[in-house]
Amino acid sequence: MYVYDDFDQKIVDQRVAQFRDQTSRYLAGTLTEDEFRPLRLQNGLYIQRHAPMLRVAVPYGELNSKQVRMLAHIARKYDRGYGHFTTRQNIQFNWPALENVPDILADLSTVQMHAIQTSGNCIRNTTSDQFAGVAHDELVDPRPWCEIIRQWSTFHPEFAHLPRKFKIAVNGAVEDRAAILVHDIGITVQKNEAGEIGFAVYVGGGLGRTPVIGALIKPWLEQHHLLSYLDAVLRVYNRYGRRDNKYKARIKILVKAMTPEAFGAKVEQEWAHTKNGPMTLTDAEIHRVAKFFVDPAYEILPGDDAGYLQARATKPAFARWVERNVFGHKQAGYAAVTLSLKKTGVPPGDATDAQLDAVADLSDQYSLGEIRVSHEQNLILPYVKQADLFAVWEQAKAIGFATPNIGLLTDIVCCPGGDFCSLANAKSIPIAEGIQQKFDDLDYLFDLGELDINISGCMNSCGHHHVGHIGILGVDKSGSEWYQISLGGRQGKQASLGKVIGPSFAQDDVPGVIEQIIKVFVEAREADEHFVEVFDRLGMEPFKTRVYGNKTKAVAEATHD
Amino acid sequence: MTKIIKGRQIVEDDATLLRLAEDGSFESVPATGRIIVPLKQWQAQRDSLITRGDVGVWLASDEEVEDIASDLAHFALIALDFPAFIDGRSYSNARLLRDRFGWKGELRAIGDVFKDVILFQHRCGFDAFAVRADKDINEALKGLEDFTEFYQGATDQPLPLFRRRTPV
Repeated sequence: MYVYDDFDQKIVDQRVAQFRDQTSRYLAGTLTEDEFRPLRLQNGLYIQRHAPMLRVAVPYGELNSKQVRMLAHIARKYDRGYGHFTTRQNIQFNWPALENVPDILADLSTVQMHAIQTSGNCIRNTTSDQFAGVAHDELVDPRPWCEIIRQWSTFHPEFAHLPRKFKIAVNGAVEDRAAILVHDIGITVQKNEAGEIGFAVYVGGGLGRTPVIGALIKPWLEQHHLLSYLDAVLRVYNRYGRRDNKYKARIKILVKAMTPEAFGAKVEQEWAHTKNGPMTLTDAEIHRVAKFFVDPAYEILPGDDAGYLQARATKPAFARWVERNVFGHKQAGYAAVTLSLKKTGVPPGDATDAQLDAVADLSDQYSLGEIRVSHEQNLILPYVKQADLFAVWEQAKAIGFATPNIGLLTDIVCCPGGDFCSLANAKSIPIAEGIQQKFDDLDYLFDLGELDINISGCMNSCGHHHVGHIGILGVDKSGSEWYQISLGGRQGKQASLGKVIGPSFAQDDVPGVIEQIIKVFVEAREADEHFVEVFDRLGMEPFKTRVYGNKTKAVAEATHD
Repeated sequence: MTKIIKGRQIVEDDATLLRLAEDGSFESVPATGRIIVPLKQWQAQRDSLITRGDVGVWLASDEEVEDIASDLAHFALIALDFPAFIDGRSYSNARLLRDRFGWKGELRAIGDVFKDVILFQHRCGFDAFAVRADKDINEALKGLEDFTEFYQGATDQPLPLFRRRTPV
């Protein structure tokens, strides 16, 4: 992974000093609340329902064990003993005291971490594939490009105060695990027939109040021009993005209003002025950054480990875990392991300080000291030898991270919701728990196969409910919490937005409604069809009829709509 | 006289900023002394203002620098407004003026200008800062020292760090 040099360290250290000064001026009253708000947000510091919330950056989801131990330390020392991994691959702490945040940043800087631009109207943490560099289906490793973008975007002076937040995701595999089509800019790293690296650039995707799938505006961007092109996109957005209405300020609204073709042409026009200027990436820099992401010294192993195969054949519980939580590695004899943070009864994405320490230990012992965060809010050990999988499974079980449910119905993506977030209209964690409890039979879950449930507590869509096969959105109606359900959304290369099934439901009814929806799927399913395939085939009607047909089972909130 | 930051020094401000009245009408132009007029006033009174030689112009954040690109030779200075510091359009306008249209004279940040934004403004090409009247100008000046190293190139240092750091 990337390692700071003196320049990188100095920038982070100077940021710590700057934020310490800003915090003390705020506490002394010389910075007003209105002035401090955008400044603290650019450092991931929210004033939340119960306390400040601090979001720490995990650039493109990559961590080492030392950093994870520091996160455990912060959870223990400054918070209530846990942290929450988010859909932007970051981690947030829900209970720090405002006065302590400068000290937290100082601690983070000792392990090359920070909270820069994790919130606010600026370029946010760049996200990527959690299996980058190890995925069996990878074409080009996206991480060097993510790091190049991280540096370019860090304290970019021209784009420090954009119309709205700005999110970039990069993917380099056959499958898109970075959800690039629902980002302000989505980038696919690719190789042409001559073996040269370039990018396909999508703009104007995003969820929230007006969900939009990104549009391709540049099918091939030669690698040296990445930054000048991004600069041109951002400049057009900074100048012409709407600022009169925060709900219409995202780039997707501008792209839609101009049409992607006209927006792309405007970018080309802007780019023509800077294209071959100093921002042009040099081979030396591309090489310098890429060197941090070369393969580790893999052991040369036979295709499959005999002991592992035997354990798999004889221990059904282990086999089940392997089936769901172990991902194919590009290196023979290795695997990438997903530690599930989706155990029933625990808020999705939460980890305690003890669990974080244990993950760091596991990683040191079995995964070359590296850990990844997925945008589905799980943790990954990217370099596990097949021969070690059984031991990893047993140790992961001991810390509660071995639930074999990755990609299944209970692997729910869920924002913190009304329990923590001051933006939320409704709770989300209890909804996730209610559904997980309803579907507690592992065999049944396995039979259902791949099924994404995404829950957001408000229109900001932090739980990405629009792209869940089943999406659940908390809505506030006359002061009480209701839940709107959508079906048929999906992420990946065929990303699409779910359609709302009908009037919303009371909290207690949600698990039962999900159960009815699942029953329709099970009854209509042919062979091994996935839920979304059945939905595509049948359309909304049978689901709707089942859910609303019997009013005693599913209380339609018709009077409120 | 009020003070401004110019060239990293705190100096007396010798220019008078004319704003548009609420109904959009123009303030009357004083007979002598440097003035900074709104773009609309410049466009309306260009013929008379152009003869003075001591007139600057200022642009609101939603006005486009392209509109003054052909008049640059006539300005004593140019100011760009930050109606609120979170309105970042004037950063892009500043860069275009410096990098694309070649403005070499004074480029002044006006409006919501204080310690925490002044370095971003400097990096985008501003060399003069009319710090908000209720803010400590001495403290604001220190904001220029918050960072000494930057990743991306900008107007103050066009070479990004990757062209300056020695490859390892």
